[in-house]
Amino acid sequence: MAAHTETTPDHRTLYQFGYYRTSDQDAVEPTRYPVVIVGAGPVGLAAAIDLTLRGIKVVLLDDADRIGEGSRGICYAKRTLEVLGRLGVAQPCLDKGVVWKVGKVFFKEAQVWQFDLLPEDGHAMPAFINLQQYYLEHFLVERAIDLGIDLRWRNKVVGIEQGNDGATVQVMTPEGEYRLSGAWVIAADGPRSTLRGLLGLEWRGEIFEDRFLIADVKMTGDFPPERWFWFEPPFHGGHSALLHKQPDDVWRIDLQLGPEADPVDEQRPEKVVPRLKQMLGHDRFELEWVSLYSFQCRRIDRFVHGRVVFAGDSAHQVSPFGARGANSGIQDAENLVWKLAMVLNGEASETLIETYHAERSQAADENIRHSTRSTDFIAPRSPQEVRFRDATLALARSAPFAQRMINSGRLSIATVHDTSLSTPDVDRWNGVAQLGAPAPDAPVEDAHGKPIWFLDLLGGTESLVAFGAVQQVKCPLLLEGRDFHDRRGLLRRRLDASDGAAFLFRPDQHLAARWRKPEATDIAAARRRLRGH
Amino acid sequence: MTDLQTDSRFADPDSAYRLLIDAHRGLNDEDSAALNSALILILANHIGDSAVLAQAIALAKTTLTAGECKAPV
Repeated sequence: MAAHTETTPDHRTLYQFGYYRTSDQDAVEPTRYPVVIVGAGPVGLAAAIDLTLRGIKVVLLDDADRIGEGSRGICYAKRTLEVLGRLGVAQPCLDKGVVWKVGKVFFKEAQVWQFDLLPEDGHAMPAFINLQQYYLEHFLVERAIDLGIDLRWRNKVVGIEQGNDGATVQVMTPEGEYRLSGAWVIAADGPRSTLRGLLGLEWRGEIFEDRFLIADVKMTGDFPPERWFWFEPPFHGGHSALLHKQPDDVWRIDLQLGPEADPVDEQRPEKVVPRLKQMLGHDRFELEWVSLYSFQCRRIDRFVHGRVVFAGDSAHQVSPFGARGANSGIQDAENLVWKLAMVLNGEASETLIETYHAERSQAADENIRHSTRSTDFIAPRSPQEVRFRDATLALARSAPFAQRMINSGRLSIATVHDTSLSTPDVDRWNGVAQLGAPAPDAPVEDAHGKPIWFLDLLGGTESLVAFGAVQQVKCPLLLEGRDFHDRRGLLRRRLDASDGAAFLFRPDQHLAARWRKPEATDIAAARRRLRGH
Repeated sequence: MTDLQTDSRFADPDSAYRLLIDAHRGLNDEDSAALNSALILILANHIGDSAVLAQAIALAKTTLTAGECKAPV
């Protein structure tokens, strides 16, 4: 999660990796790589895997050599799962994760609202799964190792020097320091980013004073996999509380403590256990992990600094309500990687990387806006804010408008980028597809009649998806009726495709252009445009 | 006569809620109460229908005891 945690120092190691020496450490001049990635969390790992799949050589550096306990980010959204699917990591996540759909909101003693993330038929991925971050990281590391990625543990970046055509990092290892060059450096080194510090970049945004206690408890029993949120529950003296299921019979509990809470005292089991007993109404649980956090909603001004690109928590932080931290970070990586690959392959100019900043800072602002509003509702700052909140909750029993105002976290959905890479529509469109948004999924059949998901068919390649006849184009073409079959007509409906229509998707599966009857010149112009020309 | 509308009418309810929160940021409790009073009079006049206003008052009054109700879970 994007929160600043104050964990107990003795937390256990779940997965241990080893430091090893590389020949780069003996090189006189720094070895140069296309991309050096700093930070092997979900964002750095996703970027490394994606670049490798696109044929770009990477080095991935991490200052640690293990994945520690503590569930941290536990909620992964549909778009993130789709990205992980393309990276070949979704299946273990889905196998291990808990699918949940129902959320309940309680005010004082009573339930006031219930929502259902109504699953729509015909998508490969569910709206959300819950999964401890350490499992996700472990699956990503396994995939990175399978792909032969140069993943260097206990390689801590301690310095950086920017050049015209790259950046050189100073790396500290157990055997001393060495230097390494990247045509590009991705700073995926988390909320306390060393690279951000080295470049002297300032945060801009809000800091929230309330402290929250986070606890993972293990309990077996017949508890439904639902998200329960309490405002002013009788068991927790006026503060809010959240209960959410994870795999392995582990439950995440979040308790708002208020700004005055003592970080050391509050994490003592003698303090935590009675609190949880009160909440759960029983003591048949084991405490797995406990941590205290406060949070910020803030970002750095620019995500691109010369040849250093910031992604994930190093660039932006949000409150945990809405699961927008890890999800937006993985989507940062998705947005950046195809652009880097095109620039490195000489298909696009360096200015394409500017659109990473434009698109993902837009997403960061959206996430910050949502998570700030959720925080206003969950942790009101004045008696008047409490009254507004409580009135909304009380009205929610009978007034539908108030139900929609209850804000216990607006869950992460993909940002629709308003971007210069999209070709503005000239035709009129209905359907769910949106310019600048990821393609809608749908079940289709491949050329041989084998069932396949539309997003798997798109993969990571720029594609023109056409219905009926289409002009001769150089772009990889997916022609309905020849390369795939939309037998159920779901894709046609979701895209609002008519005979002769064509849709241009970027390598990150976002819709870049669409036409009812395109000319070859339209398609060529849109392809130049998505490369930033 | 139109009835009080209680279905959700804002395209983005969160931004409407935020407008109210922002309006009160930095005010003391007394000023907040004064602001709310003025706001209610303005909105009541905008509605311009005493019957609807009466229904709104009745709905608002139900929340005053809601906290003590033992509603079924």
